Amino acid sequence: MSEVKYLTEFYHLPEFKTLDGYKKNGGYKELEKALKMQPQAIIDEVKNSGLRGRGGAGFSTGMKWGFLPKNNEPRYLLCNADEGEPGTFKDRMMMERAPHQLVEGMIISGFAIGSKKSYIYVRGEYDASIASLETAIQEAYKAGYLGQNILGSGFDHDMDVYRGAGAYICGEETGMISSLEGSKGQPKLKPPFPAVQGYLKKPTIVNNVETLAAVKYVMRDGAQGYRKYGTEKSAGTKLFSLSGNVVKPGNYEVPLAYPLKDMIFNLGGGIKNGKKLKAVIPGGSSAPVLTADEAMKATLDYECMAQMGTMLGSGAIIVIDDSKCMVECLANLTHFYHHESCGQCTPCREGTGWVDKITHSILSGKGRMQDIELLLKVADNMKGKTICALSDAAALPVISFVTKFRDEFEYFVREGKSKVKGTAYKGHSHAQMHH
Amino acid sequence: MFQLSAEGKQKVLNELKRYESKQSAVLPALYIAQKENKGHVNAEVIKELSKVMEISEAHINEVCTFYTMYNKQPIGTHHIQVCRTLSCMLNGAKELSEHICSELNVHLGDKTTDGKFTVTEVECLGSCGTAPMMQIGDKYYENLTNESAMNIIRSLK
Repeated sequence: MSEVKYLTEFYHLPEFKTLDGYKKNGGYKELEKALKMQPQAIIDEVKNSGLRGRGGAGFSTGMKWGFLPKNNEPRYLLCNADEGEPGTFKDRMMMERAPHQLVEGMIISGFAIGSKKSYIYVRGEYDASIASLETAIQEAYKAGYLGQNILGSGFDHDMDVYRGAGAYICGEETGMISSLEGSKGQPKLKPPFPAVQGYLKKPTIVNNVETLAAVKYVMRDGAQGYRKYGTEKSAGTKLFSLSGNVVKPGNYEVPLAYPLKDMIFNLGGGIKNGKKLKAVIPGGSSAPVLTADEAMKATLDYECMAQMGTMLGSGAIIVIDDSKCMVECLANLTHFYHHESCGQCTPCREGTGWVDKITHSILSGKGRMQDIELLLKVADNMKGKTICALSDAAALPVISFVTKFRDEFEYFVREGKSKVKGTAYKGHSHAQMHH
Repeated sequence: MFQLSAEGKQKVLNELKRYESKQSAVLPALYIAQKENKGHVNAEVIKELSKVMEISEAHINEVCTFYTMYNKQPIGTHHIQVCRTLSCMLNGAKELSEHICSELNVHLGDKTTDGKFTVTEVECLGSCGTAPMMQIGDKYYENLTNESAMNIIRSLK
């Protein structure tokens, strides 16, 4: 099976970045169409298309929109472009190569949900994405696609970009809202959900870049047309970010339910440097790891991933070859989550710290056999006990790495060195790393 | 005492009006002030912003310390940030940052003695398909080898 260039059809054209180039290739046609429709009809179309959030949670987009109060209260549309899930780099490509696609998808979505103001919250490091979006927004204002009385429809909509400042937690929708409000990006307890009480306590819909861009294509092809690709429960195409030890890493758009094996061995060109496949993290670093055997049987859709005890997440596939030490890989991730915990909830703040300390203790050759059970116990206590999902996201890799590659952890404790590399970790000591 | 330039002050005032809520301007204002203070934010910067924005120092300080892109320590002219997270690690990021530190004769997090460079390891920069990579200033440098990274670094003034 090969790629399907549906959202990415014109991404190879440098001109697609500009308003003229975008319009030459079908740009803003769906906005014209949408503005003549009833907003509720657009919401129904999106609901029927089966489009699910492409940022990680995979929640039905149409259903999320349906949670908005049915009144005239002002509401916001917030695009989540805080792409921070390790392994994910698809939104960056979309914003750099096709900013108008997102802008058009957002204006249509804003019209559907009755929002006059939208923000694109972009992670602070994505300078090129921010520049690309700012130019596109200016062009859209000049062309009358943004501002007052858009294309004579009577609909007003303003759009702006907001720059994050380096915090993974701001990718969580309520953390993002806190950040947009000019505060620490700490998540808020749900309910109330953002659709009821979000930015400045007003109803707010938060959707991922890829989700909002896809809305244009639901408009173009209709709900049934959009369902041409994928399965009943996982409709449409999705962009996957392939990275790690593969020959051809990159972003690939494929229909949902595409075989993971083909992603790695056909599109990705197989494993680099003649090594063998050992493990795959299929949906960003928070997704439980799959063994090579499991990966060979998996398909890239929400149902199969759930059946295999993992998740499709943001579509970030990280491939690990057999020369890599799983204790070292886990330690890399525990460090990440400890650094990124916002510190609000005790199980997460303390838990991410303890699993990181224990994993690094094993990695330095000083682990005890009971540390392996301790890791599982601490991780188990981090699940389902906090305001947001970061704690669970930090616990899941710990549980899956230790359970599926237990022999590597036991060997490290017993021999004081890596089963694969034959050495203990010779980086900075743990205390220095956090200095 | 740190003071915003007239232009910087105007930029901050514009940000205060840009969003639906005045407080939303804290993050952009910290960027503006950081740029004017040689790349880092300290107590004086926060005091000045508090005065200009009429927002408490405590609030600006808590925002500043929460986010990694506001540097709390003075940094070199060029801030070299090497991505350390999994996809980059699998492609040699640790070796790369060790090589850069050893070539520049500096520890992670410290400035070189000539004040030109600060090297830090940072979490995932969303450039996983082009690993290993580093960010210097606003710019990404991708698909690096030890040699190509040093060539880039040495070409900086």
